[in-house]
Amino acid sequence: MIATLFYIAATVALLSAALTVTRLNAVHALLYLVITMLAISLIFFLLGAAFAAALQIIVYAGAIMVLFVFVTMMLHQGELSIRQEAQLYRPSQSFGAILLSGILLLETLYLLAPVLTEQQVAANASNLIGAKQIGLRLFGPYLLLVEIAALLLLTALIGAFHIARRHQESST
Amino acid sequence: MDEIIMPLIILLLLLLSAATLTWVERRILGLWQDRYGPNRVGPFGLLQVVADMIKLFTKEDWIPPFADKVIFVIAPMIVMIMMLLGFAIIPFSPQLQIVDFDNGLLFFLAISSLSVYSVMLAGFSSNSKYALFGALRATAQMISYEVFMGLSLMGVVILTGSFSLRDIVEAQSEQWFFIPQIVALGIFIIAGIAESHRAPFDLPEAEHEIVAGFHTEYSSMKFGMFFIGEYLGVILISAMIVTLFFGGWQGPFLPPILWFLLKTSVFVLFFILLRAATPRPRYDQLMAFGWKYMLPLALLNLLLTGAYTLWNQ
Repeated sequence: MIATLFYIAATVALLSAALTVTRLNAVHALLYLVITMLAISLIFFLLGAAFAAALQIIVYAGAIMVLFVFVTMMLHQGELSIRQEAQLYRPSQSFGAILLSGILLLETLYLLAPVLTEQQVAANASNLIGAKQIGLRLFGPYLLLVEIAALLLLTALIGAFHIARRHQESST
Repeated sequence: MDEIIMPLIILLLLLLSAATLTWVERRILGLWQDRYGPNRVGPFGLLQVVADMIKLFTKEDWIPPFADKVIFVIAPMIVMIMMLLGFAIIPFSPQLQIVDFDNGLLFFLAISSLSVYSVMLAGFSSNSKYALFGALRATAQMISYEVFMGLSLMGVVILTGSFSLRDIVEAQSEQWFFIPQIVALGIFIIAGIAESHRAPFDLPEAEHEIVAGFHTEYSSMKFGMFFIGEYLGVILISAMIVTLFFGGWQGPFLPPILWFLLKTSVFVLFFILLRAATPRPRYDQLMAFGWKYMLPLALLNLLLTGAYTLWNQ
């Protein structure tokens, strides 16, 4: 049962990821990316990481993607930008990328193939990972990484503030 | 069998109460503003709901030719689906809860952050400037207020030690959380109003500035879905306030489900009273208030609650 659900979610994730890349309308592409995020969150959930699944939705689908769509929506010019996009993209350009990522895909499939048996997935799902375990890990062995990420975000915040302020001065 | 029938009954009751709430709001606003409100159809105007429903269903369901058709149709569905999904985790009474989810509180936050998409996509797909303005306002407002809505709830989580709403209600058997978490309650109510974009924070649909905001181009039942979705949002936020801060179903004498409904209706009425009593702030005031006062306050509350809990251990 869990394996079937996993495969459905995985298929949805792959399909919507492919559609994200091929859509010409930027907002449509982003919406497919949101669906990919939701499908990935479902996969986390099926693997027993309910906390990570919830965070995947709250942070990625609910905040980061909203900002992406927000900005794209403001800059979007309807038909004009779709035509522009169509001119930029030629299928022959993506040949190399498809070839290289195809090799990686085959490797991944080779590595994953024995893992995804019914018993293994069920065993994973029964091993629930709670918020407490994640918290202990984050503030235990990974404390340095958390601090570095915090520093990075603070830098980005100060940078954004600086850019916005200069813009305001020049416009008045 | 019970797992299928119970959620269906709850869904039906929710939709009915959201529809009735449209009448309740207009009557009570009438009372507070010293006028009648709808009182012609049926006893006390109660059948006004039915009349409105007939009107909405028989109106022409018009999709503007310049709209992005698929997204235009999906947008009102998102708000309905998200709001109804949110009720899945609410513990109405010790027996009556659709799913007792370990991460129930996170589920609620996820639902409220995903419902941003409905207003946003409505504004985008309408392809009209007022709708876009409304959507931009709504998105910025909801993303900002979501941050401290989440932060304010963490105090309750620290006191309980669990994300499960059932655990949170049971942890309040001796003392309701609005006493130790009074700051969090204030922040949560304000953020809740902003999330469901009700007056006084209804700037995304402020009619004197941007017509009807994000649903300017919507007509017929698609508009009706935004409308009902808003009331469902009000009920959901009220139910969450009761669950998190006012002991959920707990109370003496009366059966638990009645206590829950009673407490929830008090907060629903409070939402309506707010609409009657307060003027709209300016949009930049709204955003500045959020980031400059609410966020530091929420962080301070979290810090103090954490320190207190550690001190007592």
